[in-house]
Amino acid sequence: MQALIQLMRDVFPSIPAAIEPYLATAVLLIAAFVLVVFAAIYAGVFIFFERRIAGRIMSRVGPNRVGPHGLLQFIADAVKLMIKEDIIPEAADRPLFRLAPYLVFMGVVAGFVVIPVSPHIIAADLNIGLLYVLAITSIAVVGVLMSGWASNSKWALFGGMRSAAQIVSYEIPNGLALLPAVLLSGTMSTQGIILAQGGAPNAPFYLAGGVPWNWYLFHSPMTMALFVVYMLAALAEGARIPFDLPEGESELVSGYNTEYSGFRFGAYFTAEFAHTWIAAGLAVIVFLGGWQVPFVQASTILNSQGWSMVGFEILAMTMFMAKMVAVIFIIIQLRWTLPRVRVDQMMVICWKYLLPITFVAVFLVLGWMLVLPWESPVAIAIRILMVVSALAVLGHYIKRVHYAILAAHDQAWMSFKVLPKFWI
Amino acid sequence: MSHSPVATYFLNIKNSLVSSMEGMAVTMSWLFRKPYTVQYPYAPVEPNKRLGGPETLPERYRGFLEVDIDICTACLACERACPIECIRIDVEKRVQAHDPEQKEQRMLVRFDIDMAKCMFCGLCSEPCPTGAIRHTGHFEAPVTSTEHLYMRFVDPAKPRLPYKVKKGEEPVTKPKGQIAQALYVDRKWNQGPIDFPEIPKAPVEPPPA
Ligand code: SF4
Ligand code: SF4
Repeated sequence: MQALIQLMRDVFPSIPAAIEPYLATAVLLIAAFVLVVFAAIYAGVFIFFERRIAGRIMSRVGPNRVGPHGLLQFIADAVKLMIKEDIIPEAADRPLFRLAPYLVFMGVVAGFVVIPVSPHIIAADLNIGLLYVLAITSIAVVGVLMSGWASNSKWALFGGMRSAAQIVSYEIPNGLALLPAVLLSGTMSTQGIILAQGGAPNAPFYLAGGVPWNWYLFHSPMTMALFVVYMLAALAEGARIPFDLPEGESELVSGYNTEYSGFRFGAYFTAEFAHTWIAAGLAVIVFLGGWQVPFVQASTILNSQGWSMVGFEILAMTMFMAKMVAVIFIIIQLRWTLPRVRVDQMMVICWKYLLPITFVAVFLVLGWMLVLPWESPVAIAIRILMVVSALAVLGHYIKRVHYAILAAHDQAWMSFKVLPKFWI
Repeated sequence: MSHSPVATYFLNIKNSLVSSMEGMAVTMSWLFRKPYTVQYPYAPVEPNKRLGGPETLPERYRGFLEVDIDICTACLACERACPIECIRIDVEKRVQAHDPEQKEQRMLVRFDIDMAKCMFCGLCSEPCPTGAIRHTGHFEAPVTSTEHLYMRFVDPAKPRLPYKVKKGEEPVTKPKGQIAQALYVDRKWNQGPIDFPEIPKAPVEPPPA
């Protein structure tokens, strides 16, 4: 409260002192309200993008009737879900059945508390932020298991059990993959991790701010591997394809939420998509430099005043959102690319592949930190090399996309004709 | 080719990464192509021209039936083939008024298809010896009553001689879809059934089973 009043004094000195406390209270209330609807709107926009992208990948158009380009479709869906009949199966355990969706929803919404979208827009900068978000989003598994049990339906129970097995397994690589960021930055606060990815306070401009060679992703080959591990584990935690076994609609009808309808189903739906936002947000914070603006020192942003501060905030927020949308896009695209893995494959991927890779990578990062400190010229050179190699992979990917477009028009031969040799 | 377990382990990792990337390249490429979907009631101004033509619908699309009565041999193969008996053909022996020999000839007095009943199975068009009965690309005929879909191809007041197949000669027919265009599309949607005079009362036999 005091900090907020101080901030308001700094930014807008013209506000009379008498109304300051009331104004601050109002701002806090609005912020709390915003946080609650935040997840829902995040999820709604995500659902919209997902459906549009899915449509295009399947050569369809996707929702395009409600609002411009179907942008308001999610509101129509939400209204529909809310006015639907709310059915509770007769044999269900009523209190648990009612409680479960809100437990899932709360677990996910609470995760948004520590996601900083810009230097100042963060609900609470906890000094155990990373641990908190891992712990609080895992509460969802209790809700999922609870709903599976309370529904008194075989499908739901199967879904709940699978979900529990999956989340418990993948929690380990998920948490360990985030460890290097904690080691490198020396803090668990999400803001602290982002600040640590902004270069030294006196760094020359090409090493300052959110340039890619300051991201933890490009610290070393190991962190790149850990990024992949983290993304896979996050997909599994969010029950997204290829790890959507808890839902497996071809096997389990709809998994743990089979018996739910109306608003409670909507809560599950929202929670699931909001969870993906959090997973993507964590990836951005830990690996992709968060809200850091390239070539601008973080201290410049934090010490700016008045309107320049507002400008920096918007710029930083744009950086964060752009990275987040990119990660989300990959998650959505993967969903429409890969098939679902089998249960045994899911376990094999976790225990035989992800876990050993994570352990080895974390220990190698530790060794790396001893040999090559963050600011040493060799470390900087290696980081730039990592960025270049990532760009090379990206270039190869674009090449393949181009090839796929040509092949679809029966013009794959064209790539042999018009493109230089190395392109093929 | 068999690898050592260690090599298999790393090969699995490599293969999963490379094949995922290849798959993503394919799905990504679809984002740069036009969707195949036509926003049907909105997009085409002339739906049947755009959609009924061979350019969007496959050649063997089973739309509304049309009969080119000029090349129908009155063999009744289609009537027999139809599993739900929605084709009704009447053939009578008649004497042509202007025929000097006053010989009795088979005449086609009725050829009706109840398109409201038809299930577009295509069984009628298969046995047709001349290709007179065939499916077209037309699929759009909103009407106010199912009676309006009762299609009649012969005017009972003007019975006609069936087509005779001549050796080594291909039957000449109108372009596919032209008759259907007039029957289903150019008519107004509430125009009612095609009004031929009432069929002259003759003892109507049920079609052979
Ligand atoms: S398409 Fe099938 S149902 Fe329709 S008229 Fe021909 S045989 Fe009968
Ligand atoms: S439409 Fe074809 S099958 Fe039917 S009676 Fe005429 S010639 Fe025979």
